[in-house]
Amino acid sequence: MAEEKVMTPQVEEEAVEIGKNWKANPHKWTGDPNQPLLEVKNLRVSYHTYAGEVQSVRGVNFDVKHGEILAVIGESGCGKSVTARTIMSLIRHPGVVKEGSQILFEGKDVLSMSKKELSQYRGGDCGMIFQDALVALDPTMRVGKQIMENLRIHSKMTKKEAKEEAIRLLDVVGIPNAETRFRQYPFEFSGGMRQRAMIAMAVACQPKLVIADEPTTALDVTIQAQIMELLKRLRDEDGTSIILITHDFGVVAGFADKIVVMYAGQIVERGSRKEIFYNPQHPYTWALLGAVPRLDWENKQMLRTIRGTPPDLVAPPKGCPFARRCELCMNVCLEEMPPVKEFPGEGPENHGHSAMCWLYADDAPAEVREKAEALRVKGGEGHE
Amino acid sequence: MSNEVEKTAAAAGTKPLLEVSHLKKYFKVGNKRTLKAVDDVSFNIMPGETLGVVGESGCGKTTCGRTCVGMYDPTDGTVLYNGKNIHELKGAEKKAFTKEVQIIFQDPYASLNPRMTVAEIIGEGMDVHGLYTGKQERQERIGQLLRMVGLNQEHANRFIHEFSGGQRQRIGIARALAVEPRFILCDEPLSALDVSIQAQVANLLIRFQKELGLTYMFIAHDLAMVKHISDRVAVMYLGSVVELATSAEIYSNPLHPYTEALMSAIPIADPDIEDSRQRIMLEGEVTSPIDVPPGCKFQSRCPRAKECCRKDAPELKEVSPGHFVACHFAGK
Ligand SMILES: Nc1ncnc2c1ncn2[C@@H]1O[C@H](COP(=O)(O)OP(=O)(O)OP(=O)(O)O)[C@@H](O)[C@H]1O
Ligand SMILES: Nc1ncnc2c1ncn2[C@@H]1O[C@H](COP(=O)(O)OP(=O)(O)OP(=O)(O)O)[C@@H](O)[C@H]1O
Ligand code: SF4
Ligand code: SF4
Ligand SMILES: [Mg+2]
Ligand SMILES: [Mg+2]
Repeated sequence: MAEEKVMTPQVEEEAVEIGKNWKANPHKWTGDPNQPLLEVKNLRVSYHTYAGEVQSVRGVNFDVKHGEILAVIGESGCGKSVTARTIMSLIRHPGVVKEGSQILFEGKDVLSMSKKELSQYRGGDCGMIFQDALVALDPTMRVGKQIMENLRIHSKMTKKEAKEEAIRLLDVVGIPNAETRFRQYPFEFSGGMRQRAMIAMAVACQPKLVIADEPTTALDVTIQAQIMELLKRLRDEDGTSIILITHDFGVVAGFADKIVVMYAGQIVERGSRKEIFYNPQHPYTWALLGAVPRLDWENKQMLRTIRGTPPDLVAPPKGCPFARRCELCMNVCLEEMPPVKEFPGEGPENHGHSAMCWLYADDAPAEVREKAEALRVKGGEGHE
Repeated sequence: MSNEVEKTAAAAGTKPLLEVSHLKKYFKVGNKRTLKAVDDVSFNIMPGETLGVVGESGCGKTTCGRTCVGMYDPTDGTVLYNGKNIHELKGAEKKAFTKEVQIIFQDPYASLNPRMTVAEIIGEGMDVHGLYTGKQERQERIGQLLRMVGLNQEHANRFIHEFSGGQRQRIGIARALAVEPRFILCDEPLSALDVSIQAQVANLLIRFQKELGLTYMFIAHDLAMVKHISDRVAVMYLGSVVELATSAEIYSNPLHPYTEALMSAIPIADPDIEDSRQRIMLEGEVTSPIDVPPGCKFQSRCPRAKECCRKDAPELKEVSPGHFVACHFAGK
C-alpha cells in the first residue's frame, strides 16, 4: 500500500543528506574474498549466577566474509547480544567463555589476544553499536568528547583534528547543530540521537567489521532508511563486513546477505536472505515470520503468538530447545538434539541453507510431515 | 483486578481522560539558547482510547509524554487528567495519580534499579499502594505478572543486569501493570522485543484495554504496530503535531508531506519488494529544534514548499471530520 502513495519519487542516491560529508576509506581491503574475516567456532558462553549456570550461548558456529552482511534474528534472550559481546571480547565475570570456543578474526584468535592487541582490535578493526545506547555511553562525559577519545586511541590525530572529525561524524549520522550537540551530555539527547551518536563512534575508525546490535530500534523509518543506507555504503565502498542483530524483518529483508535464526543459545536455521524468507524450514522460523507486524492487520485483532515460554537457560532441555512450544513435537524431539539438515538452494548465493529439526529425519512420521506442510509459513505472502 | 477501574472509566463517560492544551516544554542549552522540544501541542485522549504518537527521532515524543504524566513541568500550557491540572495535584489526589498513571520507559535498563531483584521491582508499587493482603498473594501476583509478559517465576529473584534487552523491557511492562493503572504512557514499549513477544505484549495491552478500559498513549516507530494498536494517531515533527486522524484514515489518506514520507519508508518484510521499491527520501538538512526559523518547520525538506511556507507557520486545521493537518496545501 505504501508504494502507491508516492508524490515525487526521488532516486535514493541524490537525496541522502545523512552521510553527505562521509569520506571513503583510504585503506580499502584487498585480499582473498573467499577467506572469511571472522570465524566463530563452537562458541559456548555461560553466566554463573545465584540461580545457577545460565548457558547463554550453546555451541554457535558461523563465519562472516569480507563485505558480507550477516543478520542475526531470534527470540529475545536467545544469546544474540552475548554472542556479539564475545566477538568483541567483552565477557566479564560472572560470564565465562567455555573451553573449546574459538573466535578468529583474520585467522587470529581474539580470545587470546594481548591487552595491546585488543585495544587496537576493539574500536579499531571491529566497531560495535551497542543495543542500549544510554548504558553504553558514559553519562558523565560529553558526547563529543567520547567520540574524540575513541578517535585519539586509534589514530595519531591531534586534539583539534579529533574534535573536527567528531563533529563531522555527528553530522554524517544526521544530528543537526553538531557543534552544539558536541558539548551536550547523553541525557540531553533523544533516544534516537544517542543511538546515532553510538553509530558515529562505531564507524569512526573505519573498522573492517561492524557489529550492529539493534542499531535502528529508536529511529523513525525515514532516518532508519538513511542509516541503513549509510551502513550499506560502508559495505559497498569499503568492503566493511557487518553483523546486524535486529528484530525488524523489514530491515533484514532489505539489507542482509545471509541470515541466522537463533533460539535458546543455538542456531536453528541459517540461509540466504531469500531462502529464509521464501523457503523457511524450521518451525520456529515459521512462527517468527507469522508474527511479523503487517499493515493489513485488522485494528486490535488478536495476533498470532507462540504458545508457552522459552526454556530456562539454567537447565536447558536435552532435546530440541523449541520442543515445548512446537506444535509438531515428537517423542524424539524431547530426548535428543535434532540433526542438521541441509537444503540445496537455487543458485550459488542460496547455498548453505540448513535447519536443525527432527522433521527432516528419514523416519519422521508421515502425519507429522503433513501437519508441517499446513503450518509452513512463507514470508512476504500477501504483501504483494 | 478491581472493577473500580471499570466503574470510574464508565463514570467518566465521554469526557476526555487527558486534555492537553498549548503545551510547551523548552530546555536551555549552551550559550543561553533555547531548545523547543515541545512547542504548542494540543490534543485529547478519551477513556479507553489509544493515541499513537509517531514522528522523527528527536521531535519531542518522549518529552511530550513525560510532561503529560507530570515527570517534567511544562514551560507553558496545561495538562488536565480527569479534569484536574496534573501539575497542581497535592496529597491524596497526587498519590492516586501516581498509581493510576504508569510509564513504560524507552530505556528499560536506565529506568530500573540495578540493586533490586525483579520481584522487588515489580512489588514496589504494589507495596506503596497496598494492593495485596498477604505475602502469599504478593508472590502469586508477581508470578502471574511475570508469566503474562512471557517470563517465569524463576526470574523473580534475579537482578536486572542478568537479563537481555527485551527481557528488561518486559520487566518494565510487568512493573507498570502491577499497580492496576488506568492510563499508561508507553514509550516505545515493543521496539526491544522480537516479533513473537511483540505480538504477545500487544495482545496483552489490547486485552487489558478491552477488559479494564485502560487508556494508552503509545509512542513508537513501528508504524504497522501503531496502526494496529491505536484508535487515533498523532504525527509529530520538530515539537509540533502536524497531523492527527484515526489510524485507518492516516494510513490510507496521509495529507501532510512528512506523513507521506514516513508511510513510504515503512520497511516491508519481503526481499523482492525491498529490492525494487522506491522511498521518498527527504532532501535538505534536518532542522534543529534550537533556533527554529520562522514559517513551516518542515519547509527545508518539503517537496511542496512554496513562498508562503517560509513566512507563515501553518496551523493544525480540521480538513475533514476528525482529520487535522498543519499544512498550507493540505487537501488542495
Ligand atoms: N550478566 C548476565 N548475568 C546473567 N545472565 C545473563 C547476563 N547477560 C545475559 N544473560 C542471559 O543470557 C541470555 C542471553 O542474553 P542476550 O543479551 O544475549 O539476549 P539477546 O538475544 O540479545 O536478547 P534481546 O533480543 O532481548 O536483546 C539471557 O537469557 C540472559 O538472561
Ligand atoms: N533533559 C533534556 N535536556 C536538554 N534537552 C533535552 C532533554 N530531553 C530532551 N531534550 C531534547 O529535546 C528534543 C526532543 O527529545 P525527545 O527525547 O522528546 O525526542 P523523541 O521524539 O522522544 O525522540 P526519539 O524518537 O529519538 O526517542 C531533542 O532535541 C532532545 O535533545
Ligand atoms: S525438532 Fe521437533 S520440536 Fe524441534 S522444531 Fe523440529 S519438530 Fe519441533
Ligand atoms: S506548509 Fe508548506 S512547507 Fe509546510 S508541509 Fe505544507 S507545503 Fe510543506
Ligand atoms: Mg540483545
Ligand atoms: Mg523518545
